[in-house]
Amino acid sequence: MNWPRALLTDSGGFQMVSLLHLADITEEGVTFQSPVDGKPMLLTPEDSIQIQNKIGADIIMALDDVVKTTTTGPRVEEAMYRTLRWIDRCIAAHSRPHEQNLFGIVQGGLDPQLRDICLEGLVARNLPGYAIGGLAGGEGKDAFWRVVAQCTAGLPEDKPRYVMGIGFPLDIVVCTALGADMYDCVYPTRTARFGSALVSEGVLRLTHAAMATDYRPLDSSCTCMVCKRYTRAYLHTLVTKEAMGSQLVSYHNISHMMQLSRNLHSSILEGRFPE
Amino acid sequence: MEFTVRACSGHGRVGSLRLASGLEFETPSLLMITRRGLPVVIPPEMLMDLHPDSRACQFTPMHFLEDPLAAVVAKAGGVHKLASLTGFAMVAVARDSLGNEIAGEEASNLGASFETSSGRRIVGLEKYMEVVNACKPDLWVSLPDEVPHWVPEKRNRESVDHTSQWLDHCLSLQHAEHGNRCLGVVVGAGSLEERARSAEQAATRNVAGFSLAGFGLGEDVAQRGFHLEVAIAKLPNDKLRHVCGLGSPEEVLQAVGAGIDLLDSTYPYMLTKECLAMTFPLKMEVPLRNADRDMQPTPDHGVASGFSLAKVNLRSATYGIDETPLVTGCKCYTCKRHTKVYINQLLNSNETLAQTLLEIHNTYHYLEFFKAIRESIKADKFHEFRTWFTSQRVFGMTYDVSESFVA
Repeated sequence: MNWPRALLTDSGGFQMVSLLHLADITEEGVTFQSPVDGKPMLLTPEDSIQIQNKIGADIIMALDDVVKTTTTGPRVEEAMYRTLRWIDRCIAAHSRPHEQNLFGIVQGGLDPQLRDICLEGLVARNLPGYAIGGLAGGEGKDAFWRVVAQCTAGLPEDKPRYVMGIGFPLDIVVCTALGADMYDCVYPTRTARFGSALVSEGVLRLTHAAMATDYRPLDSSCTCMVCKRYTRAYLHTLVTKEAMGSQLVSYHNISHMMQLSRNLHSSILEGRFPE
Repeated sequence: MEFTVRACSGHGRVGSLRLASGLEFETPSLLMITRRGLPVVIPPEMLMDLHPDSRACQFTPMHFLEDPLAAVVAKAGGVHKLASLTGFAMVAVARDSLGNEIAGEEASNLGASFETSSGRRIVGLEKYMEVVNACKPDLWVSLPDEVPHWVPEKRNRESVDHTSQWLDHCLSLQHAEHGNRCLGVVVGAGSLEERARSAEQAATRNVAGFSLAGFGLGEDVAQRGFHLEVAIAKLPNDKLRHVCGLGSPEEVLQAVGAGIDLLDSTYPYMLTKECLAMTFPLKMEVPLRNADRDMQPTPDHGVASGFSLAKVNLRSATYGIDETPLVTGCKCYTCKRHTKVYINQLLNSNETLAQTLLEIHNTYHYLEFFKAIRESIKADKFHEFRTWFTSQRVFGMTYDVSESFVA
């Protein structure tokens, strides 16, 4: 890739749940349909770590047993305990512990007791960092924030906390307030491809007819290349018709998220985060 | 605007073109393709540094006919400001080179039929010039009645008459303060006589140059050569000549050999769409391959796996382990940073970054091709260059990599 900056790889766990209809999860690992040729493939914790070792990212993720937050019943508990058993297999399989940081992922659905057990178990393994997983899947916001708060309270202060799959700016601000440090999401680029720009006031739907005569930049406070050069009106004519439209709005949206992170960071350092 | 011929080799010539904006560049020159004012996949902020010669673009006024874009470009003050491409040459070419068919359909006295964003419609003179004036291009082509070579004689004659009348009408509607930026169209597709007549008429008008139309429509290559010759023979030597519809390396060489100065070409993009990287050698010193011997890669002349001299299919499994750049020694952004294996991986993961990286390389390589053409003209070796190039291309095409492997 010729990428000289930091890199993080996921274990493939989420993709199993979100992208594949037929995923069979057993103690051994996850059997799913190969996206390349449709044949059945098994991904074990050992396989996942081995592949991540080869890719060589700075942070690698454990293979966890992910369930949707809308799932109820014994499956949630089974997934949480399996995640703990799998973290040990991941740790054992990790061949580059001094170059790559293996993060464990807290599961347990929306159940505070299950989350507690998982937290205790992962913290006891003394990992370099921790992720809060299994969220961002359709649960109500109140439930979501409660789980994040419980996890950040239960994780060590001096290690990174990574909330997986979070990308709405508001969610990022709230999770940061609750003590989280890292996020990932397809939202900024996906919403760009559908013609929506992220701006200080919220979300700007560029496909709206009113944009055709709006000659302002996307966001008057943004200093990115797109906001310096192009108007909403021009972007309106591009978004659904040219690949370049998606490219430019994606560029701005990513820039917007970078600026949001910088603002969160500096406001905390300067003691004015609550404002 | 000033155009001066600096060197000749046969009918091919190197010129220097200096636009009213102050931008100056050498011809023969490649005009890069844009859509609605912007490159198709190359990030606009990368265009300036892509290559020393990456300064000239083509756009089609037909994309700017309707609101909202018509109003937006007018309000922005022209296509340069709209697309933030000040410092570039923007040349308005009526024909949309990205694949719209010229069918030679009925044209009225008032306008010709074009594909627009709201379907095929007749574009009239007033509307055309309204858009041209709103776009403020550095050069613009007059409204053509372009027909393919197979239309009946009567229709062909009509197209010559229309084109000439419309040239006059366009000139009468051009903005005075923009100076003389018109490229008068020359048609005549099916008949050398009509071609000559069209050129004679255009030659007497007060234009900055000429745009030869009706090519790239399936005509016989030799016939095309005659048409180019006959038309150019009637045109003044000291004015610019553009041709639309021709873009492959052989077509470029034929056009330049006849005396053309500007071409807009979709060739780099056509390769990119097919996941092909342009790899043909650019220097005459490259030894030709002996078909009887095993193919061995010669890295310093940029041949990938040794099978095709012309282009490489990046989807092929053979590149899954090839850690060399697309063309060894190429100084483009893509080749300085990335390898074939990476692009192969991107293509197999359906990542659009692959197209961006390929298009950057293919455009760079084509600009280098144009530079090599100019160098050969300056050294009075254009004919040798053309002969060398076409002979090694015929050889290379026998070994297209995409046929050799099963992914």
